[in-house]
Amino acid sequence: MRRIGPERIRDVVAQLCIEANYQLPKEVIQALRRARRRENSSLGREVLSQLIENARIAEEGVYPLCQDTGMVEVFLEIGEGIRIEDLEEAIQEGVRKGYREGYLRKSIVSPLDRKNTKNNTPAIIHTKIVKGKRLKIAVFIKGFGSENVSATRMLLPSQGRKGVVEFVLEKVREAGADPCPPIVVGVGIGGTLEKSSLLAKEALLRPLGRHHAKKEIRFLEKELLKKINGLGIGPSGLGGKVTSLAVHIETFPTHIAGLPVAVNINCHALRYARKII
Amino acid sequence: MRKTSYKLETPLTVEKVKKLRVGDRVRISGTIYTARDASHKRLIAALKRKSLPIPIRDQILYYTGPTPVRPGKVIGSAGPTTSFRMDPYTIPLLKKGLRGMMGKGERSQEVREAMKRHQAVYFAAPGGCGALLSRYIKEAKVIAYPDLGPEAIYRLEVEDFPVIVAVDTKGKSLFRRE
Repeated sequence: MRRIGPERIRDVVAQLCIEANYQLPKEVIQALRRARRRENSSLGREVLSQLIENARIAEEGVYPLCQDTGMVEVFLEIGEGIRIEDLEEAIQEGVRKGYREGYLRKSIVSPLDRKNTKNNTPAIIHTKIVKGKRLKIAVFIKGFGSENVSATRMLLPSQGRKGVVEFVLEKVREAGADPCPPIVVGVGIGGTLEKSSLLAKEALLRPLGRHHAKKEIRFLEKELLKKINGLGIGPSGLGGKVTSLAVHIETFPTHIAGLPVAVNINCHALRYARKII
Repeated sequence: MRKTSYKLETPLTVEKVKKLRVGDRVRISGTIYTARDASHKRLIAALKRKSLPIPIRDQILYYTGPTPVRPGKVIGSAGPTTSFRMDPYTIPLLKKGLRGMMGKGERSQEVREAMKRHQAVYFAAPGGCGALLSRYIKEAKVIAYPDLGPEAIYRLEVEDFPVIVAVDTKGKSLFRRE
């Protein structure tokens, strides 16, 4: 059994929280540059330039990409050949450390009396047990301007693919300027109520613009992206061709009676960071 | 769309905001105040008790909750948050003479109508640009509700803060949401 100590996990999580909040992944910056070349609205191009400049300033490590430094979700792949103690506490302590040392905003409150926990915990932890002796940690920072306009709906089997397309377009249209377009759209199809939501979130975690391996899902991703960009919402909602940078879909088998669909919207700033221990 | 650029100094007046039209670019300088969800709730309660901690008449409220400030810096990242969450609290403030608001996204029809009645404007600040916008903030001080942490009310001194008129005094809106 390979042992990984809680201090190591804590430090890695802290580092990933800081990295994700200050460094926009390079594939996102490339996508913004491509979008700027494609955008025909001058105001839209101006917004895209501001986002690129914002990422450059954040990278210097003083000002986070956004004042909403989000709720932290940690996705773990735990090799069955490793031994870890106090995993939950190590991760929460890592988030506390990262948010303190990284000068990141503490945005987590109890849901009804709205009392701030003052250290941005608890983070939400998802675990998968996999083969091997490695621990994969992915930290995803989720802002709520875009989380607030996300939704899950239980469609009927008869609504099929067309129903999925309509639901995604409805949510994006309703969201309008609120989630800071250009957006990235994660879609989860199948499973149960919470499985579809988790699939949508996992879809956002896929490196930006990488299509699904299955041809029919890839086609659906492309079709949705084209239709979303046809809505005319544009950068910052000020009109234009670039409303979305990418649509990522994940699927899972579901029940004969149902068709759950989740739409998880993210702003341009896909704030993920990963490390393998 | 007509596009004019203006420089505006706070406090605003009805005369200053009346000429603004949807799509105009404006650079704002002077004192503005931050407020978001929890501080709005308290402001409305304070309004009822007639004990507001900040001036409202002719002022601008900026919907933001900055990140913690690093030593030697003025403020952390401070971009706009989604404005419609403040809609349920906005009309009493407009009645009190609030002249401007800054945030991101669309406002409700009720708020737009009240803005027309009370002659106020709503500016869209560039969303997702918290790091970039911190440059235009020259001073920052928490002046009310420090216990709210990031939701406390800050008094900011801004210089040429870049915004676009998103709802004007005629109640017209910039955003397409058909």
